[in-house]
Amino acid sequence: MSKERKIRVLVAKPGLDGHDRGAKVVARALRDAGMEVVYTGLHQTPEQVVEAAIQEDVDVLGLSILSGAHMTLFPRVKELLEENNAGDILLIGGGIIPEEDMEELKEKGYAQALFTPGIPTDEIVEWIRNAMESKTSSA
Amino acid sequence: MNIVEGLIKGDRRALARAISLVENEDSSKNEILKGVYTHTGKAYIIGFTGSPGSGKSSLVDKLVSVIRREGLTVGIVAIDPTSPFTGGAILGDRIRMQEHTEDKDVFIRSMGTRGSLGGLSRATKDAVQLLDAFGKDIVIIETVGVGQSEVDVVKNADTTVVVLTPASGDSVQTIKAGIMEIANIFVVNKSDLPNADRTRTEINLMLDLDNKKKEWRPPIISTISLTSEGIEELWEELKKHRQFLEEGDRLAAIRRERVKREIVDYMEHIIKSRLWEKISGTTLFEKTIEKISQRDLDPISGAEKVLERVNLDNHEFPE
Ligand SMILES: Nc1nc2c(ncn2[C@@H]2O[C@H](COP(=O)(O)OP(=O)(O)O)[C@@H](O)[C@H]2O)c(=O)[nH]1
Ligand SMILES: [Mg+2]
Repeated sequence: MSKERKIRVLVAKPGLDGHDRGAKVVARALRDAGMEVVYTGLHQTPEQVVEAAIQEDVDVLGLSILSGAHMTLFPRVKELLEENNAGDILLIGGGIIPEEDMEELKEKGYAQALFTPGIPTDEIVEWIRNAMESKTSSA
Repeated sequence: MNIVEGLIKGDRRALARAISLVENEDSSKNEILKGVYTHTGKAYIIGFTGSPGSGKSSLVDKLVSVIRREGLTVGIVAIDPTSPFTGGAILGDRIRMQEHTEDKDVFIRSMGTRGSLGGLSRATKDAVQLLDAFGKDIVIIETVGVGQSEVDVVKNADTTVVVLTPASGDSVQTIKAGIMEIANIFVVNKSDLPNADRTRTEINLMLDLDNKKKEWRPPIISTISLTSEGIEELWEELKKHRQFLEEGDRLAAIRRERVKREIVDYMEHIIKSRLWEKISGTTLFEKTIEKISQRDLDPISGAEKVLERVNLDNHEFPE
């Protein structure tokens, strides 16, 4: 008898800003949707985030960035994931990110999905579920 | 690459993946566990249990710093409760274990308690074996001390540390009896708070009543994990307990007992699934259920009758 496979998500807050309210709201929403959410707290370096994602064997890595450093943090995290042979971990994020930066990050593959603050958390849950389904069916 | 080979060679991604596969009861689980077993048995396993918020994660974080100074490598399995309503969990032990995230010789894995009774203990034991096979010198299990399943979890440890605090509602009487009995070491954490002395006295009193004939009287260590006070002493006591167990074959006996539990567990599991394969959906089984429901037969006789007809070694199905 095989158990239902649980989706594991790491929610991280890299960078210097000190607000994690949004990250916590998302973490709780994902938990309420039946996912296992590893929450790592504030002020992570990209190296710490990626190492935690690897050890925890998460399916999805979510970055919450309010500091404005998204254009450096997303590419750096993506690069480290790939260096560590973990490029298959879905990289998503949220925070205060201007529209054109979002487009650029997604276009260049530095993030698979980005969510603006105030977006219904259901949409994030939906996105993860769909992405996981297409991932497992293509595997 | 073969996942077991990768793990043995020290590939962290392979280790992480192996823990998931085993925890998810994937079809590859048995192959993985069989493959690593000869590489296990070297790690020393320490369990930490206590109320939520008593400071277990903070304590483990500081202890790991002391252990790392001796050059020993560390694996941690940190367990947090799964919501029984949604099946989801927020695993937050890493928040207090930041210091070691970039240390490649410390591997931290968070686990939810998930569903089944006994399942948690099995999943923890399996994760510990994988960390052991990976080559970690010390493996630490952190689990909330609330009920029977947690007591079962720490049965996988060689040395068990019970963490208490002077905070109200955490007095010795309120701690479950089963938890007090498994302690090899007591920690009174948050000793910066008032009434720490009273907590120590209460534990001592309880030990006087309970443990008089025991060869090992659990020491009580006061700690403040915020400032690392008492952490060196905790490590010294852990080493002392390890030495105590290693003298006179006590550790070997404990581990033999654990192996016995493990093999019985597996045998029961195998027999159960074979039995189920044989009887589910058969007319014999369905008719017996019917008879019992009609009060024509009692369940004990029913079970005996079904088993008489089932030969678990024989691959033919009963009628
Ligand atoms: N005053 C005080 N607070 C502590 C001490 N150790 C931990 N804490 C705090 O207690 C809370 C819970 O700690 P945590 O390690 O997460 O506890 P756990 O749930 O048992 O793992 C955190 O806010 C810690 O900062 C201590 O020695 N003294
Ligand atoms: Mg904890």
